[in-house]
Amino acid sequence: MAGGSSHGFWSQERIVLALAVALFAVAAIFLPGFRDIGNLISIVHSVSVLGLLAVGMAIVIIGRGIDLSAVAIMAMSAAWYLQLLNDGWSEWQALGAAGAGVLVIGLVNGFLVAYAEVPAIFATLATGSFVFGFVRSRLITQDAVPVPPGNWLEQLGGFQPLGIPPEVFIFGGACFVAYLFLRFTKWGRYVYYMGDNLLAARNMGIPVRPMNLLRYVISAFIALAAGLLTASSLHSMNTRIVNSTLLYDIILVVVIGGIGLSGGKGGMRNVIVGAVLIGIMQNAMTIIDIPNLYQNLIKATILLIAIVIDSLVNPRDEQTAQQGDI
Amino acid sequence: MKLKTLLATLAASAVIAFTAPVMQAVADDDPGPAAYEAAMKGKRVALVPLAMGFDLAQGWSAILKREVEGFGGTFETRDPNWSTEAGAQAITELISSENKPDVLIVMAFDLNSYSKLLKKAQAEGIYVILIDNPANFKADAYVGGDWTKLGMLEAEAVMKGCGEGSSKKIGLVQGDEVNATSLYQYAGIMKVLDQHKDFQVVAKPDSNWDATTSRNVTATMLQQNPDICGIIDFWDGDASGAAAAIRDAGKQDKIFLVTTGGGEETNTCANVGNGTFDAVVSTELYNESEAMVAMVKYLLQSGQPPGTASPYIYTLMSTVTKDNLNPRSCWSLKGLQAAAEAK
Repeated sequence: MAGGSSHGFWSQERIVLALAVALFAVAAIFLPGFRDIGNLISIVHSVSVLGLLAVGMAIVIIGRGIDLSAVAIMAMSAAWYLQLLNDGWSEWQALGAAGAGVLVIGLVNGFLVAYAEVPAIFATLATGSFVFGFVRSRLITQDAVPVPPGNWLEQLGGFQPLGIPPEVFIFGGACFVAYLFLRFTKWGRYVYYMGDNLLAARNMGIPVRPMNLLRYVISAFIALAAGLLTASSLHSMNTRIVNSTLLYDIILVVVIGGIGLSGGKGGMRNVIVGAVLIGIMQNAMTIIDIPNLYQNLIKATILLIAIVIDSLVNPRDEQTAQQGDI
Repeated sequence: MKLKTLLATLAASAVIAFTAPVMQAVADDDPGPAAYEAAMKGKRVALVPLAMGFDLAQGWSAILKREVEGFGGTFETRDPNWSTEAGAQAITELISSENKPDVLIVMAFDLNSYSKLLKKAQAEGIYVILIDNPANFKADAYVGGDWTKLGMLEAEAVMKGCGEGSSKKIGLVQGDEVNATSLYQYAGIMKVLDQHKDFQVVAKPDSNWDATTSRNVTATMLQQNPDICGIIDFWDGDASGAAAAIRDAGKQDKIFLVTTGGGEETNTCANVGNGTFDAVVSTELYNESEAMVAMVKYLLQSGQPPGTASPYIYTLMSTVTKDNLNPRSCWSLKGLQAAAEAK
């Protein structure tokens, strides 16, 4: 069975969940205003786009792979879409063009991995750089592209029932849909089989190559959605985000939540746990006013602790040792 | 009537006919143009900003290109795209290239990372002009903002925006801990606030110049201190995040948001106009670029070895608010580029 539960009670997911609960309890007792409903919403809000990207990354990693082009696709597809709108394209033309572009990149990623058999880490690193370079130099004129006044993205950003921003609903919805996909559809089960043992999956007759295409296309479209959500909240898309640590944060969420990089295990629960832990940490550190440099140090230390505890509690099995990670 | 016009025209042409040869003779004797041409023709000027993708860099580049090509020189740019390594590589490559630039115009990422490289450039006989971001290095000129002063202007703007009857609680969204623009800006703000003890900084998180981070830390700041009356975000590139957090909290009317930017119309003026920002301390692009041009012209004719003097040519800054917004508050990147293409 897939999922952390095959490792005995203290799976990494549970270790991280315990860590998150402990941190939450400490922060709730000692930090003023931490327990406010508004603050709790802002914790989830702050990791919603990160979590959404982690949903796409998780689907790729569970099926054994990695998508290092996710942040480039997110920023550049949204920026290009906004640029087209600013250039006077109609809503549907612009959305169609951006969607087609994203589809092509997802297919290229999948093709390189599945058919050209380039390791995913190199293939997606290259396509990510290509997407950034091409869009930045050919299709948009500035690093930051504003949302045209009155566009639906502005209205989406302002749509906040019960004071909860739309990102939170979309992150939650994406987790639920991905959960249904991974648990209850044939294709979803294939993702686990492929991640667990690619050769065995192929011998069973699972269409592993088309499945690879599918995963990278899903990941690319989730990235587009994350880009549009960012733009709706900030009223612009700044492509500098490609140079930020966002990509590592996505992988951090996935790994810290307990989805092993070797694939075949984990699910949406892990993504939520990982995202919530990061959200609590960042929020608490901002309240205490810890400088950014130390925030990164603390984040990295907690990741290391989680990994060390995991490797102590759950020693690697023979199969992973033979296959190696990624 | 007609006769009068005819006479006037005749008289005017007579005056021109007699005086023109005299003026010609004076021009022949002017040593300026020949000296100017000898010193300037074929000189190479290279611009290495933090990236070519933001308003100021594109504005400087458009004006410098026009001026440098105007005196018969060649102008080129390198785009480090926000990466210190790429910037260092570009400068190294420029210094060691066969066709070395005569003047290097550099925007430094932080106080120290370029210092050694730029010293090397001066040793190779290249004049170095630092722009907009100060660094620990004796450049042949620093042209740009006085960031301490800029911080002071921001503090004054936020105090005015908060007003006397307010909570007088201010939040800062800083950039990072290494960039001079962030450090000096902070120093300037505190200099003013130290003299106004009734105003109080309640939080000062970093955004790392990223809009999403700015939004998240501002949201937390507002949760912790719901009665904040003003926020200073250290750059308009990420202040859209602080603005989003204020919008999410429904406090556009209660919180006065101040930031700093390049004064480009679709950026600075549009955002002041639609209420995203309440005040922007902005750079006067034309004055700043013309100061760079003047320094290039001066250095190339000075005959002094690079590193002789290091003057600070500070550009005046202005605070753009909704009240003083006018057609001349901002410059237009589109207009500048259209003008360049029309030539």
